[in-house]
Amino acid sequence: MSEGNQQELSLQLLKSGDRAEIARLVDRHSTNIYRVALKMLANSQDAEDVLQNTFLKAIQALPRFEGRSSLSTWLYRIAVNEALTTIRRRKPEIQLASKVDDDEDNELLLTQFSDWCCIPESELMSSEAQNHLDKAIQQLSEKLRVVFILRDIEKLSVRETSETLNLTESTVKTRLLRARLRLREELSAYYGERLEKEKI
Amino acid sequence: MKKEIKCGEFLESLSDYVDGVLGDSLCKEIETHMADCGDCRIVVDTLKKTIYLYHETSVKAEIPLDVRGRLFSRLDLDDFIEKGNSTQKDVTF
Repeated sequence: MSEGNQQELSLQLLKSGDRAEIARLVDRHSTNIYRVALKMLANSQDAEDVLQNTFLKAIQALPRFEGRSSLSTWLYRIAVNEALTTIRRRKPEIQLASKVDDDEDNELLLTQFSDWCCIPESELMSSEAQNHLDKAIQQLSEKLRVVFILRDIEKLSVRETSETLNLTESTVKTRLLRARLRLREELSAYYGERLEKEKI
Repeated sequence: MKKEIKCGEFLESLSDYVDGVLGDSLCKEIETHMADCGDCRIVVDTLKKTIYLYHETSVKAEIPLDVRGRLFSRLDLDDFIEKGNSTQKDVTF
């Protein structure tokens, strides 16, 4: 990124179709949008399609952008909708696999109590561990997954997440807790097993 | 006599607790409980670590240069493609 890229974007220039300003907008947000799409879809081609469609739609809609949310939140919203459309287009059996945790009223269960925090960071973040992290997040329903991605990976606030997804803050909090606890269970089972192997 | 919080009772408040936005009173109750409950302490520690790992392993990477290039071309912004850093770590899955 260029040094001048962190300057405030001019909404006026963006709305008037200034190409240099639009290029700055794209440069500033493309990594985040691509990352969200990739985490949602786990497929680089689909993620690239979502990335391109997000900016095509955004550039087309910029003249009508009213600024009620930030540009960032607005772009995330377009990207999430694009990603969800892609998921719905996929074969039904793929969607069925994640139906199990759609119910937000399911009881919260904790079954894993191994303390894996002591594992060195290099092992926690090894490529094998990274694969497991990726698999675990894909096991969440898209409802839980998208909330976790926006809140805990992109670090949007609860309010920004609720605005992006058009959900109440209470629903965001409920889904976030379930997503976090499920991922903790998955990671605890994985890293706990590694700890057990080390003992042997 | 003050009622002691039990395991499971604070599950619904766990997100607010790890995010540091829980009220002082409930926060103190949870910490008092965790001082005597190893399992709950582990749940909180590993939950924080889970969130940390997902964030850390995700945000260091940049969009791959070829993906960025195709994006700029698709948007008819080819003339604004600058030379990127060839040593960057790409966003992967």
